[in-house]
Amino acid sequence: MTFKGKDIISIRDLSKEEILTILKTAKQLEEKPESDLMKGKILATLFFEPSTRTRLSFVSAMHRLGGKVHGFDTPDVTSQKKGETLWDTIKMVEQYADIIVQRHPLEGAARLAAEASSVPVINAGDGANQHPTQTLLDLYTIQKEKGTLDGLNIAFVGDLKYGRTVHSLCIAMSHFKTKLYFIAPTALQIPKGYLDELDQKKIPYIIEDDLLKVAKELDVIYMTRIQKERFPDPVEYNKLKGVYQIDRSLLNHTKKDVRIMHPLPRVDEIKKDLDQTEQAAYFRQAGNGIPVRQAVIALVIGMI
Amino acid sequence: MQELKIPALRNGTVIDHLPSKVTFKVMRMLQLRDYEHTITVAINLPSIKIGKKGIIKISDRYLTKEEVNKVAILAPKATVSIIKDYNIKEKIRVKFPDIIENIVKCSNPKCITNNEDVTTHFKMVSEKPLMIRCHYCERSMSREDITLK
Repeated sequence: MTFKGKDIISIRDLSKEEILTILKTAKQLEEKPESDLMKGKILATLFFEPSTRTRLSFVSAMHRLGGKVHGFDTPDVTSQKKGETLWDTIKMVEQYADIIVQRHPLEGAARLAAEASSVPVINAGDGANQHPTQTLLDLYTIQKEKGTLDGLNIAFVGDLKYGRTVHSLCIAMSHFKTKLYFIAPTALQIPKGYLDELDQKKIPYIIEDDLLKVAKELDVIYMTRIQKERFPDPVEYNKLKGVYQIDRSLLNHTKKDVRIMHPLPRVDEIKKDLDQTEQAAYFRQAGNGIPVRQAVIALVIGMI
Repeated sequence: MQELKIPALRNGTVIDHLPSKVTFKVMRMLQLRDYEHTITVAINLPSIKIGKKGIIKISDRYLTKEEVNKVAILAPKATVSIIKDYNIKEKIRVKFPDIIENIVKCSNPKCITNNEDVTTHFKMVSEKPLMIRCHYCERSMSREDITLK
């Protein structure tokens, strides 16, 4: 298995072995930081859509490996404003960088960028489609918090219809022995296509709208924000926001070692009183973005 | 009696049992408009199998396997016959192609292929029920969602 030159566009492109190699490399880099590994290498961040946390996490990951970063974080400064195609932008940028990290509002833009580019492209989000490094850091967090990725009962709560982190993690978890719980109102339930995929892979799952009914069975509760920007109709958004809010009292109904995750940013779905509990894993989860992105960068550039 | 309405073909391909409403679309998809030899097209012919059917007879050309399978995108019940010296040499049942390039439009308005000049590319992920997935945005589409570019 070789990662050198590989694009990281969709979690579907990664085999179970490749996922486990990335997680293993992340663990190595976390335990033994390599501050010179990327010396002389340049990472280009092309953010056609703003994202503070993902961009900062990539920049920080590259800097901590000793590499340099350039790029933009708003499309206003690019030639796309002047009508340049994405293809042409990438053909230009590939000559200035050893690796490209791209976020784009259009779905499939990362795949197109990878086809245009001779250097590896990492998808940092293409619309509502994929954000594979988020999924990898979610897996890394589950593995780190629970000691394994097998035999776990994992619940997804909130916006399962539009939430891409849920879709990708659900595909990734199907490589492992797991049972999935989809907890959402009918209007925000997981699209049928994903359930068909789970059926094909014989992964058991439960559709539920009441978290408390199943809380005691869960090892991981993956909360999501009801995302305003994904709703075509604001009336629908107002009706459903805040349907699933959890606080410290939830822990009276769960296993003691349950872990609560969230891709962040949160709005009001997790009350602050949970933050100080050991069950709250969401800030540690955000921190795990660094070793995971370091691992991905180092592997696709071929330095590990 | 039906055969009398359309001249018999000496050599070439007959695409039969097309739903009438997609017959001209099949012509367009197979890029037959600029073809220099005779093409006979009929629509609204009575058919026991599909009600009203269309038929396309292309003289002196034999469709490739890929072209035959393209027909299945619009007409899953179509039959394709290869004619040599007025005789049916081969009757081919159409099969939905595994890969579809630059024929189908992605149903996702936010897909890059609907916003930039990109060749569309779909993979069949399930045959029954039919499900294809966009190579770019990964949106799954069923038969009802399929429209031509």
